[in-house]
Amino acid sequence: MSTAVGPIEDARGRPADALVQWARRNGWSVSLLGFFALLLVFTKLIQPNYGVAGIQGLAISVLPLALAAAAQAVVVISGGLDLSIGSMMALTSVVAAVLMKGQPEEFGIAVVIGVLLLGLVLGAINGSLVVVTRVPDIIVTLAMGFVWAGCALLVIKTPGGAATKWLKDLVLGSLGVEWIPKAAIALIIVVAIVWIPVRRSNLGLSIYAIGSNRLAAFRSGVPVGRTKIAAYVLTGLFSALAGLSLTASTGIGTPVPGPYTLLSVAAVVLGGVSLAGGRGGVFGPIVAVLILSLIRTDMTFLSLDTNLAIVVQGMILIGVVMVGSFIQLRRTRA
Amino acid sequence: MTVTTDLLLEATGVAKTYGAVVALRSASLAVRPGEVHALMGANGAGKSTLVKILTGAVRPDSGRIAIRGRESVAHSPAEARRNGIVSVYQEPALIPDLDIRDNLRLTETPVEPFRHWLGELGIGDLDLSRVARQVPLASLRIIDLARALAIEPDVLMLDEMTAALPANLTERVLEVIGRQRGGERSIIFISHRMIEIAAVCDRATVLREGATVGVVDIVPGAEERVVELMLGEIAKDTTDGAARVASGPRAADAKPRLAARELSHGTKLQDVSFDLYPGEVLGVVALEGQGQDELFDILAGSDRPSGGELLVDGAAVSFRHPADAIRAGLVYVPADRAEALLMQRSVRENIALPTSAQIGGWGPINLARERRVVDGAVQQLQIDARAAGEVRRLSGGNQQKVTIARWVAGGVRTMLCFDPTRGIDIRTKQQIYTLLRDLAEAGAAVLLYTSELKEIQLACDRAIVIFGGRVVAKIESADADEPALLRAAYNLRSDAQMPEEVAAEIVAAVVAEEAAATPEPAAAAATPAEPAAAEPPPPDRQP
Repeated sequence: MSTAVGPIEDARGRPADALVQWARRNGWSVSLLGFFALLLVFTKLIQPNYGVAGIQGLAISVLPLALAAAAQAVVVISGGLDLSIGSMMALTSVVAAVLMKGQPEEFGIAVVIGVLLLGLVLGAINGSLVVVTRVPDIIVTLAMGFVWAGCALLVIKTPGGAATKWLKDLVLGSLGVEWIPKAAIALIIVVAIVWIPVRRSNLGLSIYAIGSNRLAAFRSGVPVGRTKIAAYVLTGLFSALAGLSLTASTGIGTPVPGPYTLLSVAAVVLGGVSLAGGRGGVFGPIVAVLILSLIRTDMTFLSLDTNLAIVVQGMILIGVVMVGSFIQLRRTRA
Repeated sequence: MTVTTDLLLEATGVAKTYGAVVALRSASLAVRPGEVHALMGANGAGKSTLVKILTGAVRPDSGRIAIRGRESVAHSPAEARRNGIVSVYQEPALIPDLDIRDNLRLTETPVEPFRHWLGELGIGDLDLSRVARQVPLASLRIIDLARALAIEPDVLMLDEMTAALPANLTERVLEVIGRQRGGERSIIFISHRMIEIAAVCDRATVLREGATVGVVDIVPGAEERVVELMLGEIAKDTTDGAARVASGPRAADAKPRLAARELSHGTKLQDVSFDLYPGEVLGVVALEGQGQDELFDILAGSDRPSGGELLVDGAAVSFRHPADAIRAGLVYVPADRAEALLMQRSVRENIALPTSAQIGGWGPINLARERRVVDGAVQQLQIDARAAGEVRRLSGGNQQKVTIARWVAGGVRTMLCFDPTRGIDIRTKQQIYTLLRDLAEAGAAVLLYTSELKEIQLACDRAIVIFGGRVVAKIESADADEPALLRAAYNLRSDAQMPEEVAAEIVAAVVAEEAAATPEPAAAAATPAEPAAAEPPPPDRQP
């Protein structure tokens, strides 16, 4: 046993070195990105006129699910699971749509802020219930999923409401070059603003810590309960952002939860976040969402039966995760 | 080693590499029928890998393994079992949510022999319908052993079996192991405790850096040879370190950093009072389950006392959360690394975590400061940082260093160590003793519970002994040799300092009993050195 003593995780060199370091530590996300690029090429091959419109459509359709995946990733990293994300999205989306309808543009800003606060509150309620009642996360959030979905229907019975124009402009169309969809920019900015400060703070470290080893975190002086609530609050915030993006991209609010909850779990798993907690980030799940969405598009291009397409999607999910754990296994043994 | 034909188990040239890491270069092991064979080596020498290969958990890259002369490489633990090799691992292997009987069914263990062995091992009154989760750890270890014995394997492998056992159960285990000698079957015994090796083993195979470096007959004085082989060129350093005597009279007017006054907790902790001064290492000695776990939980803020008072720097404190204790300067190093570390996270994050929690709040991390602190700690503790990306890839000794480093990094005032050297190699142990002494010299107060009695004289200024939840003795380091501590730990009445011979008798008696119980007289004849070997050499007499 030799003792090679030296500084660890040395990433203070040139930015290029830091990038290499980052890529090495996030090998899974980088491979996913490569896989996504291959898929794009494949798409172009089977559908030669796939271009600007396709990219635009992809970005718009992906936005709500990408934010939902980020929401799920945070809580899963903390060692929990939130099955109420879809319902929270529906509730925040209809609240935004109803409040914005027929109101002046400026009022929309207040609505957006209010809806984001609502997301924080929803998350705080979820988290507090998990911590205080000590009922398993999965049960609390499943139940609260029904509650939030019911609330959404109380707000409005049928799809309706409206979105302020500036909100729609935020995600529809492109910025400068027509190849860069606004939705993608919005996604990157929103995730960066929320996640990077968290990752670089003691809160982020604490979230990873309680997900990795609750007892060790407790013994290290981490306030486990409060950190858990904070993780749920962040999930609530991301869910509200996802709900807003739904309103923005569709122009109305729909009181029925979409398939987002389970898809977010799938994206998180595919994105390299350990369901046992403590590992992964939000970047991987977002790339995973891109892949899942593009695969579905490709299958339409291949004029596959839509029902069959869903079957294939499920099998691809299992296949990719299997390959991933195989690589992981090889790496740990190596 | 002239006998080669009737070997029960023979492994030669076994090699295994994990990527770039060579776990085993060329290990060999030859076990004769009826012997208790010690497998020894510092942590990282390849013991665990060899055991895993023999029990079929890992496949060797090369090498030959033969049982009773017939070549057989097991591909799974089940296959190894069919070949007659059964192992008892460091960690209990029972399914926590099944009761004992179902656990037996799971491994197709016959119940009657199992009961018999439980009785032999001293817990014959165990209720088999109890769920494993509710059985105390020490009993689980015994159950594992009884289960293995009941299968009657040709080769029984005991990997650090006694590490988590209290002294009285260890004696029973050693006694039972000793009685297996001279029969048809063999035992491969792995332990860091030289006394146990001397008491029950016939021969020892020593591994160093993945290769077998020698086979030693266990006779009186063989310990030195074994240590020499185990450590190689660093043997000199460690013995120098061991010779270091704890001392340091404290100033008469010093005020205690930490004072416990009649602490109690349920039925386990009755009445514990002591003072811990800055600049000293205070040892805590107790048999398993005498209330020391509860005491440390209370001091670390994980649990609250049901009575009594705790004073830090003269002011009464009441901890509601470990964060309170940490803020009061009381930091905790548990024996079980899994209770302290985020195994999947990096060394950096592990060291930074308590430092960040100490500062409090969820604010941004000061990266420059963190890097300085982490690098400083890594340097100071000589942590092998090659596998810094994930703590679980570090060796046990290095993991334990990380658990200490994380507190040292933040500047420690009072450190509570609960058996910090359990299951780690001699060299790392030495580094930990040195570190604790250095911390004390720098003005920190250290409370050190240890299950290895000789550590008291190696690292502590004085020691308190807890029995039945009460402090029954306070001993200065100079008087705290193993016999005195052992006697105090059993709460045997000693009106004066006990003569050393008397205490030696206690230990010898155990082995004598074992010799008497040996069924075949041939066994005793085969090992004429046994009674002499049984007398454990006081560690301080080692050069």
